Amino acid sequence: MAHFDPNARPFSNKWMNERLAVDTLKRVLSTEYWIPKNINFLWAMGMVLAATFGVLLISGIFLLMYYIPDTKLAFDSVNYTIMSEVGYGWLWRHVHGVAASVVFLIIYIHMLTGIYYGSYKKGRELIWISGMLLFVSFSAEAFSGYMLPWGQMSYWAGMVITNLFSLGSLEFNGLVEWIRGDYVPGQAFLGRFFMLHVLLMPLIIIGLIVLHFGTLRMPHVNNKDGEEYDFDAEAEKWKAGKRKESKVIPFNPVFLSKDVFVLGIYFILFFYLVFYHFEFAMDPVNFDPADPLKTPTHIYPEWYFLWSYEILRPFSKDIGLIWFGFAQVIFMLLPFLDRSPNVAPANRRRPFRCWFWILVVDMIVLTIMGKLPPTDPTFALIGKVAAYTFIGLWIALPFITMKEKLVGGKK
Amino acid sequence: MKELKVLAVVVIFTLITYWGVEPYAHSQMHKHVESQDFKYPDINASGVKGDAAAGKNKIAACAGCHGIESQGMKAPMDAMASSAAYGVNPPDLSKVGAIFDEKFLIAFLQNPAHAAHAKPNFAMPPSAGSAQDAADIVAYLKSIAPKEVSNKEAFELACGRCHAARYAKWTQIGTVPKTKPNIKTGKDLDKLKFEQNVAEYQNKLAAYMGKLPPDLSIIIRARGKHFLETFVEDPQTQLPGTAMPRVGVTKEGYEKVEAYLEEIGDPSKPKREAVGPWVIGFFFIFTILAYLWYKSQWKGLK
Ligand code: HEC
Ligand code: HEC
Ligand code: HEM
Repeated sequence: MAHFDPNARPFSNKWMNERLAVDTLKRVLSTEYWIPKNINFLWAMGMVLAATFGVLLISGIFLLMYYIPDTKLAFDSVNYTIMSEVGYGWLWRHVHGVAASVVFLIIYIHMLTGIYYGSYKKGRELIWISGMLLFVSFSAEAFSGYMLPWGQMSYWAGMVITNLFSLGSLEFNGLVEWIRGDYVPGQAFLGRFFMLHVLLMPLIIIGLIVLHFGTLRMPHVNNKDGEEYDFDAEAEKWKAGKRKESKVIPFNPVFLSKDVFVLGIYFILFFYLVFYHFEFAMDPVNFDPADPLKTPTHIYPEWYFLWSYEILRPFSKDIGLIWFGFAQVIFMLLPFLDRSPNVAPANRRRPFRCWFWILVVDMIVLTIMGKLPPTDPTFALIGKVAAYTFIGLWIALPFITMKEKLVGGKK
Repeated sequence: MKELKVLAVVVIFTLITYWGVEPYAHSQMHKHVESQDFKYPDINASGVKGDAAAGKNKIAACAGCHGIESQGMKAPMDAMASSAAYGVNPPDLSKVGAIFDEKFLIAFLQNPAHAAHAKPNFAMPPSAGSAQDAADIVAYLKSIAPKEVSNKEAFELACGRCHAARYAKWTQIGTVPKTKPNIKTGKDLDKLKFEQNVAEYQNKLAAYMGKLPPDLSIIIRARGKHFLETFVEDPQTQLPGTAMPRVGVTKEGYEKVEAYLEEIGDPSKPKREAVGPWVIGFFFIFTILAYLWYKSQWKGLK
């Protein structure tokens, strides 16, 4: 086909179209990428996540210019060089730390939105699975990043989490040593987690975000009623100027304008946290340098890992590991465990409605108990009940959804 | 509006989670110690009135170990020799009257280990025979103390003989001196000698205290203000059995120490306060413009 107009001015629209099909790209990816009108601000969470990832990437690049991945120098390179010698180094660090924490809050909101509206079914399975892969990658990214300041919590959380790979009574100590590159966390450990954090995991995440966006293109996003649209017909209405009758809007500029508004509100909140309330994102214990001879009184992961940590903790070593493994993969299987044909908001799906809200409350209880000292018998008991509830919920899911009646809803 | 209800649900669940993993969890993990406002309620006021002039004549009891630079009295031994003798360098007494509590000092001079809640091996022996002697000496120390003591001086006097603060270039034997390497070899012998001295002092100190007291550069972020305040008031309440003595500073003296620890451990605080409103203001305007754009795009859609 190649036909290139020799008279086209370089970089003019025509010239670009012949080489990069910019108009087609723009149409397919933005001006004629159709989004249902019937959505709320929760559908902006995806863009909030993308923006937060951008913030993490940029602030991370600035930190990388001064960070030194050496067990003897890492702590001071972060806490002294970056925090007090580099101009605005403190700002980049607080931005990075707060973003790393907040991104998980938004991920959880985004996931629960998907569960609530049934956005993982009927053509949207791959969106869900690529989303869960993003969750796993973000977890690895956050954990590896947490090692870098080489504080007390970096060291001891690194010790505890890598120990899990001995797989309990199987005593795969060789595997643990292979992961650490040493018997205990040390230079080899820090070096490889540094590599993971600044290179491999970000590459994987970027690839997965592209995949996630790709999986959205064919099924389109869901809407508040789980209604199935004929997107072509609705799009024609819009193009014919029937803005009111059409059930869809173009991503750009109509949906985008709302996204940007939500982003504005989000960033006000985000920078409020960065400037006035960053402590929640930076554990005080990590401001003590790593000391292999002094175990901290309480070892706990960052808040976003607490719920799964609490599924590990109340059981004996091997059983705990099994349920921990269960908790890590089970969300991935959601599209196949939910046997109901309904794509509808949870409040219209009878037993599922209870299932959803119990899950939310249970995960919050697990999160809170995960941080409290397990030596207290009441907390230990609540944690254990919550862990059993979590497991029970997922085992029950196929059965309660199988019996679900078809909901009429809007069609 | 429906959308605001959804937002309210999200916010409520978020806040409950936050409350659970931050304020509530911390209240359960750390035992709560009430601040006593540096009143030292366990020490009874002696009731005797000190006389500075009489104190001046009794100060010889201290000069065997302590210097009083401001009065032209040099310390009998330098930091290195002192640490060899006592395990720690006795502080210069010139400014003691400005930041230490009077009631505490009077009790301390008569029975240092007891007043400081320290181990029996505490290096300073009882050095005032009676409450009157102690009160006189304290009155003298107060009379020679400068009106103003900087935050840095307060820290160095109250904590500096035991704790380094490397981000402020402070070591237990003083500020790291500026030295120059030999141009031809790149070797800096003065620096190496200083480092060796610090290491020797620290070894002695660790032997005396049972462990090396931690560097306090960013202790303000590692422990927070409430812990620090109650810990300095009486280390035994937070770490029973610890070797760190109660130092006995006044409330104002402590506030200076804390201000210094904040200056070195959290130096960005003033900058945060200066930059924050601008960034948030920017996003405020951004949001208003975005809202107007949104409203114009969504007009006539429903
Ligand atoms: C035998 C030597 C010796 C004599 C005599 C002595 N001191 Fe001390 N003093 C020390 C040492 C050593 C320390 C540091 C102890 C430590 O930190 O463990 C000290 C600490 C102090 C402190 C700091 C207390 C604190 O809470 O931080 C003060 C104040 C003090 N001495 C005042 C005096 C006064 C006043 C006298 C005279 C009445 C005196 N000392 C006599 C050796 C001595
Ligand atoms: C006579 C020596 C001495 C003096 C003076 C001293 N400390 Fe300490 N400090 C210690 C020792 C020893 C430890 C280690 C305690 C332990 O781990 O049991 C310590 C530990 C600490 C800790 C860490 C406690 C923890 O949670 O691990 C802080 C904070 C601290 N000191 C602050 C101060 C401050 C502030 C001052 C001055 C107002 C001061 N210290 C004066 C000896 C001293
Ligand atoms: C940081 C990583 C992520 C980014 C950048 C991201 C981005 C997006 C974007 C832009 C959308 C479209 C707009 C919207 O509906 O919000 C979307 C939709 C979706 N995402 Fe994600 N996402 C991420 C992680 C996840 C995770 C962890 C899951 C859960 C497993 C997930 C599941 C979904 C689902 C189910 C949809 C479709 C929603 C619908 O159809 O209504 N995503 N994502």
